[in-house]
Amino acid sequence: MKLIVAIIKPFKLEEVRDALAAAGVQGMTVSEVRGFGRQKGQTEIYRGAEYTTAFVPKVRIELVVADGAVAGAIEAIQTTANTGAIGDGKIFVLDVDQAVRIRTGELNEDAI
Amino acid sequence: MQLSLRTRSARLAAAAAALMVLPAAALANTAAAAPTIDKGDTAWMMTSSLLVLMMIVPGLALFYGGLARTKNMLSVMTQVGAVAALTMLVWVGWGYSEAFGPDREGFLGNIVSTFGKAFLHDVTPTTTAATFTAGVAIPEYVFVCFQMTFAAITIALVLGSVVERMKFSAVMVFAVIWLTLVYFPIAHMVWASTGAFFKLGALDYAGGTVVHINSGVSALVACLILGKRIGYPREPMAPHSLTMTGIGTGLLWVGWFGFNAGSALEANGAAGLAMMNTFVATASAGLAWMLVERLTSRKPSALGFCSGIVAGLVAVTPAAGNSGPLGAIVLGAVAAVVCFFAVTKLKPKLGYDDALDTFGVHGVGGMIGAMGTGIVYSASLGGPSPDGWEMVHQLRVQAAAVGATIAWSAIGTAIAIYLAKLLTGLRVAPDVEREGLDLAEHGERAYNY
Repeated sequence: MKLIVAIIKPFKLEEVRDALAAAGVQGMTVSEVRGFGRQKGQTEIYRGAEYTTAFVPKVRIELVVADGAVAGAIEAIQTTANTGAIGDGKIFVLDVDQAVRIRTGELNEDAI
Repeated sequence: MQLSLRTRSARLAAAAAALMVLPAAALANTAAAAPTIDKGDTAWMMTSSLLVLMMIVPGLALFYGGLARTKNMLSVMTQVGAVAALTMLVWVGWGYSEAFGPDREGFLGNIVSTFGKAFLHDVTPTTTAATFTAGVAIPEYVFVCFQMTFAAITIALVLGSVVERMKFSAVMVFAVIWLTLVYFPIAHMVWASTGAFFKLGALDYAGGTVVHINSGVSALVACLILGKRIGYPREPMAPHSLTMTGIGTGLLWVGWFGFNAGSALEANGAAGLAMMNTFVATASAGLAWMLVERLTSRKPSALGFCSGIVAGLVAVTPAAGNSGPLGAIVLGAVAAVVCFFAVTKLKPKLGYDDALDTFGVHGVGGMIGAMGTGIVYSASLGGPSPDGWEMVHQLRVQAAAVGATIAWSAIGTAIAIYLAKLLTGLRVAPDVEREGLDLAEHGERAYNY
């Protein structure tokens, strides 16, 4: 089992969700986050007062998939979240020790 | 000749003066002196008074509130509303009489009236205030209400420079002293026939000196004495909701028709001219501010549009009935450009913390408007000046009124602020300022979600 964490552009969320669903992913968790990478921040000006916001709004999606599904999920995210412009985000893959479905007590791949 | 110089603003003063002598005149010369009260005029003036109230709550409260940070939203709105409410009580108590009461003998009569109408003594449903048309009057209670809203918005405007750090108690004490020492005398000097600037022949249709230069200069002096907000200008202090500011701007613009066209005191062609100018000067100023942003390598911004609109409204206030529409368009654009540089260049350079730019927009815009009125009034530029009017003379008079207002506002504000400091202390504690005034001073948050 792997945990896939992807940071993507907010407006790409629906497309990515559809692609992951088509790839057989059963669920995911989504949060609104802020951060910076090579895109850096944005400059805002209010009546001449200039503020550089170092953090840009992004969406973080988290999903746990069976080892065999990792490649498909990554490909789904990488192709749909891609605009070719700086700031498209990143995908991280981590090992997962255990998963439990709270309602039934099912474990690991049965639980995801 | 001298009479021909007495223009619309002067006639507003004449109206106020006539109001004071009317009861006596009516007694002396019963049938002939009884003025006509027109129901249309009366209805328009009642409507205008309410439009000016709408400029304060919710207009100015939202405009200013949106410019503040989230943690101070309620504090800004509460201060604006509370000083406006306080002004209404003070106005009935002694403000109306101090500004528009019975004439005072001697030199002091140039500055204030007597307190003979304190607590609206002798004001009844049958007493009247003269308009600019001979023999036509409006009920005195309506005049009292209309002028009351002007006093209320002026003190509320001053607070724009001191928000996010001044104690609520200090704001209330400052308001009472400031109204008494600064606003009521200046209103008398400009609008009462015995007032010093009125006698000079200064043009101020709807309160460019009384409301805008006055509030702007007072705001500057108050924020200089109070000091900067903690973290200014290092920390970001971006407006927390330009949506609110935009709503407030719209309410201000709509309400301003009561302010400017209401200053005609009648529902007639003069009010129509003031209305026309309040449309076009404002439109041109809103666009001009965005244009100058664009030309200085910025983006045409929403806040720039709102700021331009207010700058245009401020500048057209003294000129509303004293200019043709083309003059008003130029005046609005010039005011927007000058205010843009005052706010974006002058303020950072001098380093004062006029938090919501009351001086930069109302003070500077008011001065452009007051001096500009001396130009656009000219018949050669489409204004309503009479034959024999001289621009140079008028500009000297305008400059004298502007200079005297600046001096009076600055000194009076300094006295009022130091008295408030003595009585309540001026600033909230540093911890309170960091946490925000909403929680510490009012026990609430603006947004719970």
